[in-house]
Amino acid sequence: MKLPLARGPLSSHVLALLEAAPSGLPAPDGWADEVQDVLGDDDLQLALWILYELHYRGFDGVPDHEWDPHLIALRTRLEQRFEAELRQCTAGYVEAALHASEDLFDQVMVVVDAVDGPSLPRYLQREASSVEMLDFLTQRSLYHLKESDPHAFVIPRIDGRAKVALAELQYDEYGAGRPARLHAQLFADALDACGLDPAYGAYVDLVPGHTLAVNNVMSLFGLSRRLRGAALGHLAAFETTSSVPCRRIAGGIERLGLPTVVAAYFHEHVEADAVHEQVAIRDICGGLVEDHPELRGDVLFGVAACLHLDVLAARGLLGSWERRREDAVVRQVA
Amino acid sequence: MAPEWRALSSTGAEVDLEPCGDGPVLARHACVVVDADGVQHPVTRPVVALCTCGRSQRRPWCDSTHKSVRRSPTSGA
Ligand SMILES: [Fe+2]
Ligand SMILES: [Fe+2]
Repeated sequence: MKLPLARGPLSSHVLALLEAAPSGLPAPDGWADEVQDVLGDDDLQLALWILYELHYRGFDGVPDHEWDPHLIALRTRLEQRFEAELRQCTAGYVEAALHASEDLFDQVMVVVDAVDGPSLPRYLQREASSVEMLDFLTQRSLYHLKESDPHAFVIPRIDGRAKVALAELQYDEYGAGRPARLHAQLFADALDACGLDPAYGAYVDLVPGHTLAVNNVMSLFGLSRRLRGAALGHLAAFETTSSVPCRRIAGGIERLGLPTVVAAYFHEHVEADAVHEQVAIRDICGGLVEDHPELRGDVLFGVAACLHLDVLAARGLLGSWERRREDAVVRQVA
Repeated sequence: MAPEWRALSSTGAEVDLEPCGDGPVLARHACVVVDADGVQHPVTRPVVALCTCGRSQRRPWCDSTHKSVRRSPTSGA
């Protein structure tokens, strides 16, 4: 993948480090301290995304800086702000769930019901134009081309029933023995069929801060053993809000007459995620909390963080389409 | 309610089932699911979720329709 374009001082600094020797340039004093909207800041979220990407596929022509202590230190500073902000935004949901029930399944559902936002899948099903649907696929490509990879980092950090169930779920995500059925491959096939670029990371420059944050939160949780509970809670929230929405999205794709392989990706997820949501909540998170009761709060934090960021990203996307429609009306009138 | 299907292993034995509250039943190590009409549905996943509410549009597989059918709105907030 090519390096993304800088979006401000933080991402510029990270890009400069990757192109030179990382330890050569010290971080400016108070680095990232002045960022206000941590969850939506284009520059901060892009800087974090670039640093995380070193642990996935890396960048063309950039030497191996994956474990450079200076870059890890910069990343840690961004992560501290990111995690603190997420904890603050979600503490109320976690508290409410802990008080509502003692049962983990019910607690997860309390958070799912409580985090409220616009229904992007319903809009895609009934109203979205082809341009908007392609925009949606473009935005989603950042994650779906490495689908399930962030949660795979958790496997060596857990044991017993939770580990067995996570491996089972990941095996299904990774095609259950058939490379052509790898979920990331199914999404690449869908992009290709629409005339979009199926190359990994091709659209990062078009992805706004909130959607970068949706991606970054998975790496934040997946790459830290301390946050393994949150990583698995995130997985449970993701899977449990997928099956029914994917049916709506597939309906929208069929309404617009896009190629059948595009709808096929979403149909696969109607069926797969009806399984995965049960496995993720009951066996993965249930198994983890049974062995480590102290991680229950973090599991619920992961659930709430996933859903909260999804709402912010969906609002941003729907808002950008609304502005585009308004601009078109203004142009027509003028 | 008796299930409308049987989940069988490669030896033809019925596999272990894990009920999920008022959702589906999970079946592991199944090779084939035989529905009430005797139609055989090959299993391609390590675990499958079998519909128990009768409303799935992908039967015998669950498609999470039970959520809109059975879950009463929570008072959870
Ligand atoms: Fe998937
Ligand atoms: Fe899934």
